[in-house]
This record gives sequence, C-alpha cells and structure tokens, in this order.
Amino acid sequence: MARSQASSRVSKKKSIPASAMKSSGKNAKVDKFGGLSKELVLQMHDLMVKSRVLEERLIKIYKVGESYFWIGAPGEEAWGVPLGLHVRKGQGLAYDWLHLHYRGTPTLIAMGLEMKDSIRLMMNRATDPSTGGRNFSNHYCFPKWNVAPVTSPIEVQYTIACGTAHAQKRFGKKAVSIVTGGDAGTAEGDFASSLILASRKGQELPMLITVQNNKWGISTSYEGQHGETHIADRAKAFNIKSLVINGNDPVESYLAVQEQMDYIRKTGKPAFIEAHVSRLFGHSSASGANLNTQEVDPVMSFQERVLSAGFISKDKVQSIWDKYEEEGVRATEQARTEPVPTAESVWDHTYVNNENADWRKF
Amino acid sequence: MATMSQAVRMALHYGEKHLEVKDIFGQDVGAPLGGVFTATQGLKTTWNSPLDERGIMGMAMGIAMTGDRCVAEIQFCDYIFNTIDLLKIAGNTHWCTNGQVQLPMVVMTPVGAGIRGSVYHSHSFDAWASRLPGWKIVMPSNSLDAYGLMLSAIKDPNPVLFMIPKALMRVRGEELIPGEPAEEKELKAMIDAPIGDRSKWKARWPELQEYLVPIGQGRITREGEQITVVSYGRHLLICNEVADQLREEGVSVEVIDLRSIYPYDWQLIKKSIQKTGRVLFVNEDTEVTNFGEHLAYRATQELFYELMARPQVLAGKNLPGIGLHASLEDASVPQKHEIESAIRSILAEVP
Repeated sequence: MARSQASSRVSKKKSIPASAMKSSGKNAKVDKFGGLSKELVLQMHDLMVKSRVLEERLIKIYKVGESYFWIGAPGEEAWGVPLGLHVRKGQGLAYDWLHLHYRGTPTLIAMGLEMKDSIRLMMNRATDPSTGGRNFSNHYCFPKWNVAPVTSPIEVQYTIACGTAHAQKRFGKKAVSIVTGGDAGTAEGDFASSLILASRKGQELPMLITVQNNKWGISTSYEGQHGETHIADRAKAFNIKSLVINGNDPVESYLAVQEQMDYIRKTGKPAFIEAHVSRLFGHSSASGANLNTQEVDPVMSFQERVLSAGFISKDKVQSIWDKYEEEGVRATEQARTEPVPTAESVWDHTYVNNENADWRKF
Repeated sequence: MATMSQAVRMALHYGEKHLEVKDIFGQDVGAPLGGVFTATQGLKTTWNSPLDERGIMGMAMGIAMTGDRCVAEIQFCDYIFNTIDLLKIAGNTHWCTNGQVQLPMVVMTPVGAGIRGSVYHSHSFDAWASRLPGWKIVMPSNSLDAYGLMLSAIKDPNPVLFMIPKALMRVRGEELIPGEPAEEKELKAMIDAPIGDRSKWKARWPELQEYLVPIGQGRITREGEQITVVSYGRHLLICNEVADQLREEGVSVEVIDLRSIYPYDWQLIKKSIQKTGRVLFVNEDTEVTNFGEHLAYRATQELFYELMARPQVLAGKNLPGIGLHASLEDASVPQKHEIESAIRSILAEVP
C-alpha cells in the first residue's frame, strides 16, 4: 500500500441500520434520505469522510509528537457537516455568524476549510491562519466567514453570539448567529444567559442555539450532571422553538437545521436544536485519543446507507478515503517545512496596530 | 460646571452623534432611570439589559466583534468579578487571533469607596484591571477628563475599561467641557431628566465639541520640587488638597494624575521623580499586589541611584471588604491625614 492510501474503509457488512430505513411498499424498505437529492447525500458523505480523515490525521500528528495537544470532532460529522452546508457564508452583518466550540471541524470542512489550515493550527505554525501558532487544535478563527474565535473556556460563545445576533438584527438582512457547544457546558450560566437574552419579548434575537449532546463532560456522565430529560426542554421554557434530533444521522440533521434556519430567517426569533452525537476518540488527547468502538460511528453508518442505496460503489468510497488521506499527508509534510512563530513576535497584536504593550518601553 | 455624571452623559451623546456608538446598555441604563448615577439619561441608543453581568459582557464582545461600537455598563465594579474570564477573553482575543479580530468596546463601571457603600458598593478594581493585558484602563478624577477619556475610549480600537470614581459622580468640574453652557442651571435644564413622569421628556443637548484626553497620558496637577505623589480617581483630589495645604508650610509637592492605568505615563512619573528624588503612590485598592507596587518596583529598579528615600505605596488595607460604619471605611482606605503623614515621613528620610 502506498503511504498515502487509507486502510480499507468499506465494511463487508451488508446490514443497514434500521433507523435509516423508510417503509416503501409491503415488503421492501427503501432509504429515501428524507427526500434529499442524491448529489447532496453524496456531498455530505464526501465531506464527512474528509472531516474524519482530517481529525484522524490531527490525532496522528499528536501521537507522533508533532503537536502538544489534540481536541476535535470525530463523531460529530453527521451534525457538523449539514450545519455547515446551511451557513450563509461571508464576512459582515449580511452573513451568518458562527460561534463554534472546539469540535467545529466538520462544519468548517463543509464551508470549505482546507486541511492544511487545520494542520497548521495543530502544528502551531506561524502560517496557521486562525491563531498564528498561538492556540490549540480546533480553535479556529476565520473572519472571512464570520467564524468567531473558538475559546477554551466553554460556553462563553453563547452570550457573545447574542451580541452578533443583536447587530445582525439591527442590520436587517436576515442573517443568523449560530452557536454550538457541548451538553456538559450547559451547566455554565452563560447557556442560560443566552436563552434569556435571545428570547426577550419584542427583542428576540435571530439565533440558532445548539447543543451537541455526546452524554459526556470529559469523564462525567450525562446522568451525573443533568436532571432535565432533554436540554432542549430548557429552551422550551423560554418559548424558543426546539428540536431534539439524532445528530448521528446527517439527513435528520440537515432537515432539522433547514427547518430551524428557515424559521429564524422568517421570524427573526431564535430556534434551538439538541443533537445527540457520538464522541469517538474521547474528550481530547488528555484521555488518550483512542477510538471508542462502543459508540455509533456516524460516518461509517451513513456510508453503509449510501452503499446500500446504490448511490456509490465500494471502489469509489475507498477512493474518497484515499484522496483525503493523500491530502492530509501532503498537508502535514508542507506544514513541517513552514516557519514557527518567533520569540520576538510574542508582543505582537496585544493591541491593535501593534501599539506597544510592553511596559518596559512606556 | 458639569458633574462627572453629566460629563459622561455628554460624552456618550457625542459618541452616539459623531462616533457611531450604536448601543449603550446595562442594568437600568435605559429609560426611565438612565443609570443609577444618571450617567445615561436622555441618550438615544440606551437599553436595559437583564440583571446579568456575564450576559452584558458577552453581548458587548459580540457587538464589538461585528465592528459596531458599544458602551456597556456594569452597574458597580463590585459585580464585575463574575465576568473576569470574559474580561480575560476580551483582552486576549486580538492576540489569540494573531491580529485578526478587534473588539472596539468600552466597559464603564463605578469604582471605589467614599459614599458609605458598605461591602458591595465600595470595591476598587484598578489593581485587578491592571492584570488584564489587551485592555486599556482609564480612571478620570474630574469632569473634563471624564469627557475626554470617554471620547478616546470610544475611538480606541481596543477594549477599554472606563472606571468612574463613584464618589465623584456628583462632583462638579473646574473647567468647562467644550460646548457646555457656562450656567449650571442651564445645563441641568437641558440634560437632566425631571423628577416624576419622564415619558415625554427629551434631552436638549448642547453643541458639544470633540475633546480628547489621550489614553496613556498623565497630567501634573500640582507642580513641586520636594516629592512626587502619583494618584488617580478620587484620591487624586485628596492628594491635591494635601499638596495645597503643605505648600502653605513651604513644602513643595508635585502631584501627578495618572488618568490611565494601562498604558501608563512612565515618562511623566520618571521625569518628576528624577526632579524630586522622592515618591509616594496613592490609591484605594487593596495593598497586596497593588498597582502602585508595580510603579514603586519600577521606580526602584530604574531610578534607584537617583532616589533620596524609599518609594512608598499608600493603598487600601488588605481586607475582605469595606465595612459600612464610617469608622470602618475610614480605617480601610487612605485618608487625607495618612497621605499627609506618608509625605512627611518620606520627606524626613535621610539618604
């Protein structure tokens, strides 16, 4: 096998997840993919594979000692990719704003993120377009797409999103502020703050507030942190239109995001989605970043459906994995050759226009 | 002459009219109250937030992230502490994004003791604020500086923390703000909301002009030869009083109003210490890891061989809070006689 080829990614199993089936006729069940076009289904599969290969590449970079820390999104592809496909992408108040947490790779891949830019971030290169080598993996920032900087402190993005939504509402072009975060983070007050700020009568904000519920907060289980049946029930209490979905099904995710985004653009009011997702490689490299085979793999699950529907051949599927594996390897090799931040740059951008921040020079 | 509260209000009006301020918000900032110190009465873009400091700070960051200008208020700095990580993030966003994202926002908050405000209306925040890299930190001691610093803060592309000494909110300035009517009664009739029903009231704003106090620039308020006293906020006024009193005894005290805590005007301080050889730093935040300690450290490091006495810091006692009874408050934060005493002791020191 050439170094850039992925190992076999096509299951020999013939079974199709029962949840994926829709009844059609007395004896046959045909997966209609919620009425989505074949092109869209294949696009989502392709992007989900790309996101997965990239995240696995990031983990490899960590494991061979070329980076200090990994945190990312394997297991959230079936949620993140459809979300990214619904974004009105651009810079400025006429476009959607994204306030992602540190599992946003699939969304950004769907928006056009190049692997090399994620790898540059992972390898702390000066060429990293998000942070210039200053922050962790998946801490993206892309002003050209209104992607707000990802922060390590969880949940702060929820109230910041209220601010961009407030400005978008004033601007009047029906753009939406989208915020993502995990289930454990909803214990922070900022989550409640966002529900309050977004839902005030007559001052509602155009926000898609989402929670990716993987049922873990690092090592603490969902049951250990939550008394509510659904996190979405908290949004309902503020009269926010809410859905609980299987975020491991990209079709369900796509349709749910579409429904909520349409509602927000039409009414100017907030909407909420709680998406149940997997966490396939643990919280981060701090817990080993090893594959958890007990959870649903949304990429492989969807791939089985696409194969079973006859939308794509096994050879073509394997070629997609190989293509992205090749891209990941080449991007890693490129990043290795690129410069790292200099010690002299440590004061840069403390203030705008590099105004002096060093008190020794006042 | 305008009070500091009126000066801030006029600066915010100027900001709305000329500097593209689109939101002025916080708890009770909008109508009908217009701020618990009336600093936001009659303005066009004010609105009341929920009682949620983290929500206020997060929204300000989001608004600023889009490029819109806003001024957010935390009603008392005593309640800003639960936003400390948001303050950290606002300060590091430009740095963390390698210069990509700017947060042009102003957060204003009343600080300090002096109004018998008990434990949770008497905190200071200047020492804490000095540990927020990426923020600019200012504190005026008079109405004209409040106006000029607020305009500079609004224009600045970085987050700026505008601390207002609450004890000075109703203190009148000694200099007219450009465009301010000379008669106090006239100004009051124009921009102070009436008691009672305000539903139909609108402010009549004077034709204000731009006046900027550059951030990072201090000012000598009393010239002197024997000792330098560096302060800011309400204690600056007390230092001025002490200097005036001592001058009658033939003691020459130079007083510097720092005005900006970060970046600070080291060159002004340095030049003055080189002249006097003696220095006292005065503020009311708690004394352990006080901002004045940093200045005293720097004075010691850079000017050691030019000093005639040990630099001293006179600050608030390292107590959990300011007690309500006058005897407790007075024993907690620097008093006039303590400033005088500290000056005399430094002057008495023989190298």
